Amino acid sequence: MSEVPVAKNAGGPAPTGEPLVVLDNVNKHFGALHVLQDINLTIRRGEVVVVIGPSGSGKSTLCRTINRLETIDTGSIGIDGKPLPQEGRELARLRADVGMVFQSFNLFAHKTVLENVMLGQTKVRKTDKATAEKKARALLDRVGVGAQAEKYPAQLSGGQQQRVAIARALAMDPKVMLFDEPTSALDPEMINEVLEVMQQLARDGMTMVVVTHEMGFARSAANRVVFMADGKIIEEAEPNQFFNNPRSDRAKDFLSKILHH
Amino acid sequence: MNVLLDYLPEFRDGFLGTLAITASAALLALVLGVLIAGFRVSPVPPLRAFGTAWVTVLRNTPLTLLFLVAFFVVPQILFQGASPYVLATLALGFYTSSFVCEAVRSGITTVPLGQAEAARSLGMSFPQTLRLIVLPQATRTVIPPLSSIIIALTKNSAIAGAFGYGELFNVSKLLNDRGYPIAWIFLWTALAYLVITFAVSGLFRLLERRLGVAR
Repeated sequence: MSEVPVAKNAGGPAPTGEPLVVLDNVNKHFGALHVLQDINLTIRRGEVVVVIGPSGSGKSTLCRTINRLETIDTGSIGIDGKPLPQEGRELARLRADVGMVFQSFNLFAHKTVLENVMLGQTKVRKTDKATAEKKARALLDRVGVGAQAEKYPAQLSGGQQQRVAIARALAMDPKVMLFDEPTSALDPEMINEVLEVMQQLARDGMTMVVVTHEMGFARSAANRVVFMADGKIIEEAEPNQFFNNPRSDRAKDFLSKILHH
Repeated sequence: MNVLLDYLPEFRDGFLGTLAITASAALLALVLGVLIAGFRVSPVPPLRAFGTAWVTVLRNTPLTLLFLVAFFVVPQILFQGASPYVLATLALGFYTSSFVCEAVRSGITTVPLGQAEAARSLGMSFPQTLRLIVLPQATRTVIPPLSSIIIALTKNSAIAGAFGYGELFNVSKLLNDRGYPIAWIFLWTALAYLVITFAVSGLFRLLERRLGVAR
């Protein structure tokens, strides 16, 4: 990971690391609805890609296909040079390397915060309990919820829950992190605390795919913005170029609706 | 009143017989039911088909018919010389497992899908996801229907008495044949059943309260 640039505050140029996630001509239907149409997308090691677009454009589905929570009809998806395997042991191993953060947090409701962050380590990575706990506590401190370790998820605010979810994903030492609208279910005052954690991750060189409506985050943390509409990738550009000077009419229309109201 | 005192050993043996068959059949039904429920929600189609077939056959067959099969067909093929206790446990346990399975499955569907997705996205296998994440959260919803199912099982165990297994119903039939007033026999038998069913529902209420504070 030596070639990964650390500073990407101003949405700097895309890192030139080797491709980590490659989507090649991916198609998917939900019944008659063609949700993903000929998607080609390459995410390089250390890159932060933000996917934006109107709702129903297929961006969440795109995110979920990368660890095969959604299957695809045609095309191929590869992670770190290996194609996504069929459901089974092999796929489970691959999923352990891909962190996922959900819109609705999905913390295990019957486990404490600490257990949530330890469970993947002990049951999937087979780490011993003491090591797993040490790492879990360090990660919880890092995302600023160390004091809540013994509580149950329902006792935490949305922002705290989402930060725990990020810690839970990080505990697996993922190669890439997927964020599926991580702030969409949060009250406005809690959005920033989650975005700050994500900014920090981006600065530390984590490879990230972020589906979001937070244009501020896209501007400041992304190396590349992918704009989707109606199941297609309409435009891909560096954030500055995309927000100041979008090429497509669809993107201009979208930006005018969300930026000037 | 005299019937009970005169035949206390018989009543006691009958009570213990009912208790034994209820306990062993309930255990078998719970283990099988949870296992088959796992099959029914599994991503592997043959397992799903097996689970569906299991429930369809056992739930829709009259229990008496299952007892006939267990006592007259099964010993011909396997379990030669098995005791009535074992055969009755098999019939009652298998039958009840289909109801347990459906209760557990309904509990599984009350656990939000996101829980299983989060588990899978951490790299957990399907059995791990079910065992560590989904089933523990389904338990609370499953306890009340399970209580009813086990009480039904207790009362269904009377059929074993008709097949020569010594339990409460069997004793009451025996004493009735000896000419004792049927009303008294039935009263004591019913009370003995009540002791067991009250104990069962009390046990489940306790479980429900325990799990209620665990969150």
